[in-house]
Amino acid sequence: MNQAEKEQYLREYALLKNEGKPFFPYAVAKDAIMAVIVMAVIMLLSLLFGAELGPAVNPTTTTYVPRPDWYFFFLFELLRVMRNAPKLTDMATIGLPTLMMIGLFLLPLYDRSPERLITRRPVALAAGIATILCMAYLTYTGAEVGSPNQLVLPIPAGLTKAQKATFLAGEIIVGESGCEGCHEIGTYGNNGPGPLLTHIGSILRPGGIASTLKNPTAPMPSFAGLAKSSPKKFEELVQFLSMLHYKSSSWTG
Amino acid sequence: MAIIGSRGRTTAPLPPAQSDELTRPEAAAEAGLTVVNWIDERAQLSQGLRWMMFRKVPKGINWAYTLGSATMFAFLNQAVTGVFLAMYYRPSVTGGAYQSTRNIIDNVFLGQFVLSMHLYGAYLMIVLIFLHMARVFFFGAYKYPRELSWIIGVVLLILTLAMGFTGYLLPFDQRSYWATIVGVNINGTAPFLGPYISDFLRGGPEFGATTLSRFYAIHMMLIPGLMAALIGFHLYLVMKLGISAPPWLKAQEPEVAIEKVEV
Ligand code: HEM
Repeated sequence: MNQAEKEQYLREYALLKNEGKPFFPYAVAKDAIMAVIVMAVIMLLSLLFGAELGPAVNPTTTTYVPRPDWYFFFLFELLRVMRNAPKLTDMATIGLPTLMMIGLFLLPLYDRSPERLITRRPVALAAGIATILCMAYLTYTGAEVGSPNQLVLPIPAGLTKAQKATFLAGEIIVGESGCEGCHEIGTYGNNGPGPLLTHIGSILRPGGIASTLKNPTAPMPSFAGLAKSSPKKFEELVQFLSMLHYKSSSWTG
Repeated sequence: MAIIGSRGRTTAPLPPAQSDELTRPEAAAEAGLTVVNWIDERAQLSQGLRWMMFRKVPKGINWAYTLGSATMFAFLNQAVTGVFLAMYYRPSVTGGAYQSTRNIIDNVFLGQFVLSMHLYGAYLMIVLIFLHMARVFFFGAYKYPRELSWIIGVVLLILTLAMGFTGYLLPFDQRSYWATIVGVNINGTAPFLGPYISDFLRGGPEFGATTLSRFYAIHMMLIPGLMAALIGFHLYLVMKLGISAPPWLKAQEPEVAIEKVEV
């Protein structure tokens, strides 16, 4: 807006304001009704659903569901979506959210046209609707995916009896540990933000797997606590993961 | 003291109440007025308040314009319920946090209700703040001269989400603990400030005993204080600049010259 447009706006606004009504009681009445509605909705939801408390924290057991509250689903899903667009992987985590935040901050500085009626602002209209649809879609898919905690894989051929036992124990530990919240193993789990584990045994040696579990790349939580509190479980987890050599293309399990 | 206090009087002192002329309620009302006058004489608020209440809002203001104040009421709900929760909550990692939350739910009178109101109040506040933002966006209300209101608003949006994030850890159950670890880790991958913010939140490179008390202090003191101040500034701007008129209204050229424009 240039100086003339600014003055034109202020003039028009002064006229509209002069035709208006006093804040009290007209606007105050609406605000008060709205306040009553807000409080009524909060109380109703509290009575209907209430708040609940899960099991107490135990940093050494690994039965958890690492899920944010619903209003962060869109961010969490964004990570998943971004991971599947390989070219953009570097921007995957906060890159895009940071850019969106900066875009939001600076909106009044780059959108300087004097037009305010949304039907005459096609770019703003499209961007606004696209943002709403994306956020709604990501929140919806985020709510859908859940965090599976079951894992039943076909047992690889040629395992000794002891190895078989380790394999079965490993399945349970992986299920308990919420790995599938972020990793896909065969047809189980969610595709991202973590990488595919279907053939992780062909990619990393057991030593590599163990050190990754202890010092993972963000955002994965560390399993060093498990290694300390129950080394046997940790060892089984490592052994199990290094037995995963499934071919993702010919997966049938 | 009394001499200094009485020096600036501008209104004549009220005639002494005579018990045979004033009924009790009248005397109480009289006394109330005296107190109000006494305060106003010193604070001189009434002029500003009168300006605030009776300033005009432009023609065509509709229900969509109540979303901002609805957000504010949700924030007030959070403040009040939060104070009551703080009376019982203990931010201790060795069981205190979880046990005190249990206690609030199971034993404290209306404890579960207040905790639930804090939870659903947070959900509603997040919904309302996004709706308010959408109203401002689609009405073009962020344009000149209200750019600063928008920028303050974005800060408020981020702080609101940060409140949700820090509050999620406090019940200290399995879900909140592990989700927060993942959340802080995600935050650490952000460019520039990310790693520093994560270290600040954790109170070090590891998620430890100080982390919970940090989250608690941030959740109940740092961010609410910032938000209260910023909401105050936001509302000051709204009053100073006036609420924008609906963009579909065109001002009619007045037939007679306007003598006095209220701004
Ligand atoms: C804690 C959060 C917030 C509170 C309590 C709040 C409160 C208010 C109130 C009471 C108004 C008066 C008009 C109305 O209700 O529509 C207002 C106006 C405004 N708000 Fe907010 N707001 C908040 C967050 C935001 C956010 C997130 C944004 C945008 C990013 C924003 C941008 C604006 C703008 C630009 C105006 C001026 C609109 C006009 O004059 O028509 N606010 N706010």
